[in-house]
Amino acid sequence: MSKYSMHLLVCGGTGCHAAESDAIICNLRDELEARGLNETVQVIKTGCFGFCEKGPIVKVMPDNTFYTQVKPEDAQLIIAEHVIKGRKVTRLLYHDPKTKESVSDSKHMDFYKKQMRIALRNCGFINPENIDEYIGRDGYQALGKVLTEMTREQVIKEIKDSGQRGRGGGGFPTGLKWEIASKSPGNEKYVVCNADEGDPGAFMDRSVLEGDPHSVLEAMAICGYSIGASNGLIYIRAEYPLAIQRLKIAIGQAREYGLLGKNIFGTDFSFDIELKYGAGAFVCGEETALIHSMEGLRGEPTIKPPFPAEAGYLGKPTNVNNVETFASIPAIILKGAKWYSSIGTEKSKGTKVFALAGKINNVGLIEVPMGTTLREVIFEIGGGIKNGKKFKGVQTGGPSGGCLTEKHLDTPIDFDNLIAAGSMMGSGAMIVLDEDDCMVSMARFFLEFTVEESCGKCAPCRIGNKRLHELLGQICEGKGKLEDLDRLKNMSLVIKDTSLCGLGQTSPNPVLSMMENFREEYLAHVVDKKCPAGKCKSLMSYIVNPENCVGCTACARVCPVNAITGGRKEVHSINGDICIKCGACMEKCKFDAIYIS
Amino acid sequence: MSKITSLADLKKKREEMKSGLDLRTKALDPESIVQVKVSMATCGIASGAKAIMDFFLEQLDRRNIAGVVTQTGCMGYCYAEPTIEVKLPGQDPVVFGFVDLKRADQIIEKYIKTGELVDGIIPVNYQSIDLKE
Repeated sequence: MSKYSMHLLVCGGTGCHAAESDAIICNLRDELEARGLNETVQVIKTGCFGFCEKGPIVKVMPDNTFYTQVKPEDAQLIIAEHVIKGRKVTRLLYHDPKTKESVSDSKHMDFYKKQMRIALRNCGFINPENIDEYIGRDGYQALGKVLTEMTREQVIKEIKDSGQRGRGGGGFPTGLKWEIASKSPGNEKYVVCNADEGDPGAFMDRSVLEGDPHSVLEAMAICGYSIGASNGLIYIRAEYPLAIQRLKIAIGQAREYGLLGKNIFGTDFSFDIELKYGAGAFVCGEETALIHSMEGLRGEPTIKPPFPAEAGYLGKPTNVNNVETFASIPAIILKGAKWYSSIGTEKSKGTKVFALAGKINNVGLIEVPMGTTLREVIFEIGGGIKNGKKFKGVQTGGPSGGCLTEKHLDTPIDFDNLIAAGSMMGSGAMIVLDEDDCMVSMARFFLEFTVEESCGKCAPCRIGNKRLHELLGQICEGKGKLEDLDRLKNMSLVIKDTSLCGLGQTSPNPVLSMMENFREEYLAHVVDKKCPAGKCKSLMSYIVNPENCVGCTACARVCPVNAITGGRKEVHSINGDICIKCGACMEKCKFDAIYIS
Repeated sequence: MSKITSLADLKKKREEMKSGLDLRTKALDPESIVQVKVSMATCGIASGAKAIMDFFLEQLDRRNIAGVVTQTGCMGYCYAEPTIEVKLPGQDPVVFGFVDLKRADQIIEKYIKTGELVDGIIPVNYQSIDLKE
C-alpha cells in the first residue's frame, strides 16, 4: 500500500509552468519537509488540467479540491490550512461567475461537467515523467493484449470498426490508413507521429505529449505491429521543449522496461522510436512535406500519389498519424470498437480535443464527444464571451478553416457538419471572436500567416495568397472598391482549385467564409469606407462634439502631431489629414467631447 | 528497474501501482465510497489520533474497503479524543469518540461493513451553517 495519505497534484503544462508552477512545487515540498510531512503527503507534477484560464492549478487528493491561480507564496497557506487543519482555502477555490459561489471540486464545475476525456484521460492525473503511474492506469496493457492475443488483421479491424477518423484535420479513417500501409509490400516500414502542431491558437498535441507521452508511444507500437513496422519516428517542432523533454524521458523509461526495443513481451515483435525535430514550418504538418523534412530535404510537399503508405520515409511504406489520434488508440483496444463507436455522431465517432482561445472566459483545453454543439462548447464549457461582450464568430480549423457565426451555434460539431457549414475541423483550435473584432482584419491576419508559411513551390499559393493579402490590406485602409470583393472570391477559388497541397487548397477558407457570413461588414469597408468594429485605423476619424467641448485645450496639448486647433474656451476641431488616430485626445478629454466615427 | 518481459509482469506492476494511484482514482467520486475524517488538532494528536489515522489507512486497504481517510481540524469534542467522523455513501455522517485501536477495529467491522452502530457515538449537538448564501 502507498505510504502517502494525500496527493497534491500541481499542473506542469507549459502554461502553468510559465506561471511559476515549478516554484509552487518547490515551496510545497519545502513546507512539507519543514513540518515533517514529506512522508505522508506527496507532491506530483502532472500534465495539463485544461483549465488554463485560471492556472496554475493545484488539486488536492483524496478530497478532490481544485485550487486556481495559485501563487508560490500560497504554498504555506495550503499546507497549514488544508493539509494540516483540513480546512479548504476558500480564497483559492474556483468561483462560479454565474452563481458567485465557490466550487471546491472540479466535478461540479461547468467547465468539466460536459467533458469526456479519452485522449486526455491521464492528463492532469498522472506524473508524465513516471512510467509506473502510466502502467498503474492500465498503460501498455493494450500493447500487451495486441501482441499476445490479436493478429495484425484483428487489430486493424478493431480500429476500422471503431470508426475513428484522423484528428490531424482531414478526418481520414485511421483503420483504413493502417490497412493500406499493412498491405504495402516491403520489409521495412515506418510509423510516424505528426506532432508538428502549427495552427495559431492550437495546443492540443503539445498538451497530450506533455501530460501523457506514453499513450502515444504505446499506440505507435500497436500501429507498428499491425502494419509490420519496427521503426517509429515522432516529428516534433523544436519550439516544444517541454514536450520533447518528457518524450525523451518516456522513451528512455519504456526502453528500460523493455516495452520498446527488441522482443517486446517476449514475442518476436521489436519496435523502437526516435525523435525528429522540425524547425516550426506550418507546411511540414502536411504529411509529404513532413516526410521530406525528416529526410533532411526541404520541407516541401509533393503530389500524391504516391501516398506515404506506398512510398514515404526513405521511399518505404509509411503510416503518418497525428498525436491525438494515437493517444486514443490504447483506449479503443482495451475498451473495444463498440464502446468507441457508441460515442459521437453517425460519421464522426469518439471525442475531440479542442483548444479554446480568443475572447472566451475559460481559455483552455477540453475534450467533448463529437456532436456537441458550438453553443455548449463556447457558452457552457467556455463560460461565454469575455467582459460580457457579444459573440460574433468562431474560427475553427485555424488558418485553413472558416469562421462560423451565431446561426451555426446549434450545429453539432463533427467533421462533416463543419465542412457543410463552410469551415473544417482542422486540428481543433477554436478562436472565439467578439463584436470588437473586424472580419476584414481577421481574414488579413490569417492570410498573413499563410503567406509567411507558404513554401513557395507552387504559383497559386505563393503568388495568389500574397495578392489576396494585399487586396485585404487595401480594403482595411479604405482603398477597396466594390469589384474587389468579386476579385477576392474568384482568386480564392482559383487558389483552392490549383494549389499543390493542403496549405494552399485551404488558405482562402477564412476569407471566403468571412465574406459569406459577414458580407455587410465587407460592404461597409468598400462602399461606406467604414469599419463597423472600429478596428481599421484608416477608416476611423476622431471628431469633436461641439456641445460637450468646453475648450479646455487638454486634447490639443496631448496631441503628438498638433492636429487639434482651437483657442481657450473655444470649440476645438481635429484635422483629419494630420491625425494619426492614436486616440490620446479621447483618453485625455474629461467631458466626453471626442468620439470615433 | 527490471525488464517487463511478459503480460503477467506488466499486470503485476500495474497491481503494485494501483494502490498508490487509488487515492486519486477514488477522489474522483468520493460520495460513492466510505469517507473517514480524523480530528487532528493538538488534543487529537496528543491522544493518539495519528495512530488511528494510520490504522484506518492501512486497514481499509487491507480489508478491501473502498474509502478515503482524511484529517481534519478540531471537532470540539476535546473530552472524547480521538474523534472520527465516518460517512457511508448516501448517509449522514456519524461521529465516534474515544476511538482507540479496538474501537477503530469495531467501527470497520460493524459500522462500515454492516451499518451496525457501535459504542462511542456522539450525538449531533450542533448545526453547521452553510457559508454559501
